[in-house]
Amino acid sequence: MKTVEEIKAAIEAAVPGAGVEFVPNPSPSAQHSLRLAPESAVAVAKFLRDDDELAFDFLSNLTGVDWPDKEIAEKVKVTRQVTKTVDGPEGKVDQTVDETVEETHKRVEPGYLEAVYHLYSVEKKHGPLVIRMRTANRTDQAQLPSLTPVWRAAEFQEREIFDLYGIVFTGHPDLRRILMWDEFKDHPMRKDYVEPDDFEYEPTPHDEVLNRAQEHKSEGLGTGD
Amino acid sequence: MSVAEDKAERVEGWNRPPVIEPEGEGELLEVAMGPHHPSTHGVFRMDVALDGERVVRLKPVFGYLHRNHEKIAEGASYLASMPYTDRLDYFCSLTNNWAYALAVEKLVGQAVPERAEYIRVILAELTRVQNHASSIGFLIQEMGASGTPLMYAFKEREKILDLFESLTGSRMMCNYMRFGGCRVDVSGPWLDATRKVVAGLPAFVDEFEALLSTNEILMARCQGMGILPPELAVNAGVSGPMLRAAGVNYDIRKVDRYGIYDRFQFRVPLGDHGDIYDRYMVRILEMRESIKILEQALPTIPTGPIMDAKAKIRGFRPKPGEAYGRIEAPKGELGFYLISDGGPNPYRYRVRPPSLINLTILEDMCLGHNVADVVLIFGSVDIVLGEVDR
Repeated sequence: MKTVEEIKAAIEAAVPGAGVEFVPNPSPSAQHSLRLAPESAVAVAKFLRDDDELAFDFLSNLTGVDWPDKEIAEKVKVTRQVTKTVDGPEGKVDQTVDETVEETHKRVEPGYLEAVYHLYSVEKKHGPLVIRMRTANRTDQAQLPSLTPVWRAAEFQEREIFDLYGIVFTGHPDLRRILMWDEFKDHPMRKDYVEPDDFEYEPTPHDEVLNRAQEHKSEGLGTGD
Repeated sequence: MSVAEDKAERVEGWNRPPVIEPEGEGELLEVAMGPHHPSTHGVFRMDVALDGERVVRLKPVFGYLHRNHEKIAEGASYLASMPYTDRLDYFCSLTNNWAYALAVEKLVGQAVPERAEYIRVILAELTRVQNHASSIGFLIQEMGASGTPLMYAFKEREKILDLFESLTGSRMMCNYMRFGGCRVDVSGPWLDATRKVVAGLPAFVDEFEALLSTNEILMARCQGMGILPPELAVNAGVSGPMLRAAGVNYDIRKVDRYGIYDRFQFRVPLGDHGDIYDRYMVRILEMRESIKILEQALPTIPTGPIMDAKAKIRGFRPKPGEAYGRIEAPKGELGFYLISDGGPNPYRYRVRPPSLINLTILEDMCLGHNVADVVLIFGSVDIVLGEVDR
């Protein structure tokens, strides 16, 4: 099989403006990957499948990864001029002094959702080639192009990512929840997901009574002593 | 037309299941097969639309057994997920263990001693034999032969499970592999008992085949039923005996040569038509090939340690990075994808379940057949719901 860099060059030659980026993998597995730009992903995927030498006809694994917003603290040395009152020969005098302080700046690196694809070739018996795509953010622009038209194997796996991570795959023929029930609201595989106390909570006319009963129990009343 | 265009055209039509127009005037009957139906191998539902007896639409519904195994594994240490992998495909816990151990070993670059590799091969092939035997037994049961053929398979399966129990302490939840080896060593008496069981396996397969392979009912119900074309099988990510029954020569034991599979002589059985009968036959022949591997592995098992001396057990924290490891499990390609951020838990833990992905083309195979055949076609996929829903 060609190396990942060679595949990158082949993609750039075949799909102009593909915007492919090499992502190294420091682990001993050395499965390096290519990051595709979502705009050209379908064209690149078709090229990878149909090229005679690459022939990645088998999409083995497809999964989502959540990378939440990361807060990075950086220490910066700042020098500024401070006016201080000093004892001089003729009483107190105001003097301007340079003072260096270390300040901690907090920078938020925006999070994103990522889809990772593992491709193999049944025809040429090589692989894996790892490709990945990331969304613009985790909230309102969590769209990626669906690769189900290229590999049917993506059909259920994209539904699973939509269900558990909330990536919307545009162009998917039947994008519904697959493992959670249809009325479920959140995306449980996200790192910031909080489990509800009661999965089947529905408001009832007796909520107030139930709350009072809960308070009653928590205060330890009614135990007989 | 270039080769690439030709190839693109061949798979283009497979993106969606074909649309079948109902014949006649009447309304379609919608039937929910499952979730509690004896033929669904657990809790699984197929929403079927029927035109008379003919299936015109079929939508599988999953999730009744979903417990978010992946989320639980991301909150636990690497080793703590090993027992939980047993619960994915509870028929083949040892191959699940192996796939997970293989992925972690790739992630940290861990070597495995030779004796442990032999033990892994022996256990995986025993698992394959018992899985294929019982999957055929279930298939025949769904054909209406209630009980008897299944009990023939279970009789043999029980002997193999006894071996698992005496080695690992559990019949089905074995929790046996470790990163860099195995948990306990096999003893001489255990190997003798295994040789005895393996010596009896060819006679079992012969008997099974004599009873079933040319059975008129089995042939009438299975031949030409639920055909899966090879182009669709590859495009839809189908793996394992399903893929090989469609005539595609792809066995990960041969392709990846993981473990020590390159030391053994065995052939990859292939089907020709991609129908239920070919799947049945591929499973029978794979049992025979597994017995061949066992006969080669059992006499040549070397002495030595079963855990790599450098294997880290306490404070196991892989360096940041990721790895995808896969094996040829009895049901297809079982893979684990792990991302480490340097902590004691995996940042991302993903199971590539063969059972779920092999169901992608269930609708394509069932359309146009009678509703009674849906049960058979579904049975021939060989799934376990613990793995489908995770």
